[in-house]
Amino acid sequence: MIESFVQGVTEVSRYIIPLLLVGIPFYGLIIKKVKVYETFVVGAKDGFTIAIRIIPYLVAILVAIGMFRASGALDLLLNFLSPVLTFIGFPPENLPLALMRPLSGSGSLGLLTDLINQHGPDSLIAKIGATMFGSTETTFYVLAVYFGSVGIRKTRHALAAGLFADAVGVFSAVYICRFFFG
Amino acid sequence: MLNYIWFGMMFIGVVVGIFTGNIDAVTAAAIDMAKVAVNLAIGLIGIMALWLGIMKIAEESGLIRLIAKGLRPITVRLFPDVPEDHPAIGSIVLNMSANILGLGNAATPLGLKAMEELQEINPTKDTATNAMCTFLAINTSSVQLILPATVVALMGATASQIFITTIFATGMSTVAAIFAVKFLEKRRQFTFEPGGNS
Repeated sequence: MIESFVQGVTEVSRYIIPLLLVGIPFYGLIIKKVKVYETFVVGAKDGFTIAIRIIPYLVAILVAIGMFRASGALDLLLNFLSPVLTFIGFPPENLPLALMRPLSGSGSLGLLTDLINQHGPDSLIAKIGATMFGSTETTFYVLAVYFGSVGIRKTRHALAAGLFADAVGVFSAVYICRFFFG
Repeated sequence: MLNYIWFGMMFIGVVVGIFTGNIDAVTAAAIDMAKVAVNLAIGLIGIMALWLGIMKIAEESGLIRLIAKGLRPITVRLFPDVPEDHPAIGSIVLNMSANILGLGNAATPLGLKAMEELQEINPTKDTATNAMCTFLAINTSSVQLILPATVVALMGATASQIFITTIFATGMSTVAAIFAVKFLEKRRQFTFEPGGNS
């Protein structure tokens, strides 16, 4: 039953973007008589300025993440933490992914691919990893892009809240998967 | 906080790099990532232009206001500082819908549009408002109903099992995000004052 539901949802999602791309102009032109072409161009112009505006923020965040990642600090942290993790039922194999996830989308996808290849998609570790990946976000990237686009430099509690949510997502992934599959 | 984390990541990177002999890799990563950042931003231009154009049509035709009205009971509680029929609410709702449906490409431009509209009602332009932080926290907690296509591809037949656990885990993290922002926004070190700390 779950399978067919998942399939249905995935099937529907294939049509959403094309439907939005014609649906919204349809509503505008046919129902509300909006000059859709001219309006589109006016809106689209902002795409360029916003993309350019986020560059300094992205450079700042991505360079720091890159340096941290390349230094091997993550592995040190992993060695240090793995006894504690095993104790609380958190598979140490999943830790690199959990730590990488808020920092880098491509980096964490690489780690997930590696986990699945090494342990097989049926393993608990792969299932926990995939759940983690789906239930957290690249917090630093989102923060840099979203705040950067409007020039916000003082981000207040956004990072703390985002990282807390990531931590809850990571631990939920572990314990929910253990409950369902463990 | 971001100041310390940003500096901390680079500092740890250099110190650990020296001790582990990875210092060349650290240097290379810094230079590479600066390029990656620009390429990412440039790569966004086309998709951004497409969705922002479509969004403009949705806005002009009153579609956004319609959607915002429908979800008012939820958004008033999450974003009490934003006027009820402000266009930002519409963009926020659309961004979240795109996230829920796993449409990452559409979600970012919609989210940036929401940020721009939230910035209009921000009295201090360099400091985030409560509404912005709430919006970001919910966004980074990844509200998602559809698994990322990459995960489905990697997991193959087991993907459908992950579907349920991901909904639970992502639900937990979203609830946690909402509680965290609502709690933190009242704390003194994060208070919203012109010229206050970061």
